[in-house]
Amino acid sequence: MINVHDILETIRMIQDECLDIRTITMGISLLDCIDSDIDKACTKVYDKITRCAQNLVKVGEDIEKEFGIPIINKRLSVTPIAIVSAACNASPVKFALTMEKAAKACGVNLIGGYSALVQKGFSAGDERLIESIPEALASTTCVCSSVNVGSTKTGINLDACRMMGRIVKKTAELTVDNQCFGAAKLVVFCNAVEDNPFMAGAFHGVGEPDCIINVGVSGPGVVRSALRKYPDADITQISDVIKKTSYKITRVGQLVGVTASERLGVPFGIVDLSLAPTPAVGDSVAYILEEIGLEKCGACGTTATLALLNDAVKKGGVMACSRIGGLSGAFIPVSEDAGMIAAAECGALAIEKLEAMTAVCSVGLDMICIPGDTTEDVISGIIADEAAIGMVNSKTTAVRVIPAIGMKEGDVLDWGGLFGRGPVMKVNTYSPSKFISRGGQIPAPLHSLKN
Amino acid sequence: MRAVVTVIGKDTVGILTKVSGICTEYNANVIEVTQSVLQDMFAMIMLVDISKLNKDFTELVTRMTKLGEELGLQIHTMHEEIFESMHRI
Repeated sequence: MINVHDILETIRMIQDECLDIRTITMGISLLDCIDSDIDKACTKVYDKITRCAQNLVKVGEDIEKEFGIPIINKRLSVTPIAIVSAACNASPVKFALTMEKAAKACGVNLIGGYSALVQKGFSAGDERLIESIPEALASTTCVCSSVNVGSTKTGINLDACRMMGRIVKKTAELTVDNQCFGAAKLVVFCNAVEDNPFMAGAFHGVGEPDCIINVGVSGPGVVRSALRKYPDADITQISDVIKKTSYKITRVGQLVGVTASERLGVPFGIVDLSLAPTPAVGDSVAYILEEIGLEKCGACGTTATLALLNDAVKKGGVMACSRIGGLSGAFIPVSEDAGMIAAAECGALAIEKLEAMTAVCSVGLDMICIPGDTTEDVISGIIADEAAIGMVNSKTTAVRVIPAIGMKEGDVLDWGGLFGRGPVMKVNTYSPSKFISRGGQIPAPLHSLKN
Repeated sequence: MRAVVTVIGKDTVGILTKVSGICTEYNANVIEVTQSVLQDMFAMIMLVDISKLNKDFTELVTRMTKLGEELGLQIHTMHEEIFESMHRI
């Protein structure tokens, strides 16, 4: 029989330390739904999604019960709609409405893939899709959108950065009655990955199989509790404790992924080795950094502790599962992390520090509320800066900022649930307009002569 | 297929009987029981064979959770695989 201590440890992790599976995400290819008649295309999209995902929620709930592990979200990701809609000479908003209808019919929480990949330029459907994002996100509740504006191999599409500054702001404006929520479902990437199970950035890449199951785990609370037992350990030991904990967390992700894939008859893709926080107090990445020894997240030393955390999470998780992918690493969304919210509210954490942190962690500037009067060009500048960090460091970076229309620094946007609540943070208002309006492509960086 | 039933809470008369009664009701064969009482706190871990259940395993889970609520105890019924995955390479 399994060791009593091990059994109780697992139960404690789930019960008291918020260990959960953040999401089972089914990726569905819509390439076979392309049609020049938008209505026919939408019918095919609806039929395919509801056919592939009809049992996803039921299977997820059964696994949850049998293994006693909460599975917080069941989600869908689809082929970037810019590709699917390129043949139709019409606004792709109909696709967003179809995605919403199909997601509701399947009972999933979110559906991602209202996306365009424009890192090197715009093809037929790309501009039309990007222009339709504000309307699409304002007229749906569970559809998520992402745009990839750069990559290490192609450089950064500055025209797309300029466009996205405007689109992010317009999306917030159109959803001002709903706490500018539209912008929380829109993310701008550099080096976007094709098998990401996390929202808002999930889409099903064209190199992926027809249908696949990806799993995202979560467990900041477990890591923090494990570290609390070693108040005087040196930093190497801290790294080892994180690795061991990450191994255990990821094993559960692997088990759930394999089981779901068997029961759904769909191949298992990857486990995303992530530490994804929630607004619950015991489930914060910021509090892990503080447990390591910072007075507040955002203090000097934050980047170093985060780098250690991010690396140890990956090292521990790699051996625990057969295939890894997605965004693997520690997430640092502000509004979804109680410790980050507290640090931002007391002034310890600024956007500039968060930007530095994104150079060493998974993803980027995430769920950050900015003043409503922030100009489009400043938002474009934030996007370009973040994309540059991703491009040069060969990593995924992203921007998900929410312009709080009509609000100023210190006010709060509150969405509740997993999205949490975010204090409006100060943004440098000096203008990057001349740079942004130049347009064109920032060339891909040199990968030798590293300094 | 095996499952682990964990009962944690204040010690009262008849806990083992009630839990094993439900196992009998669902045709789950009890393989091994470990229990300890530390200062009134009762912790019992029961390994049961669920390969010949006469109902769905999820129903057994619900029934056990309900018993836990009635007795003011925490009862977790989980597939053995989760523990093996997490703690064995």
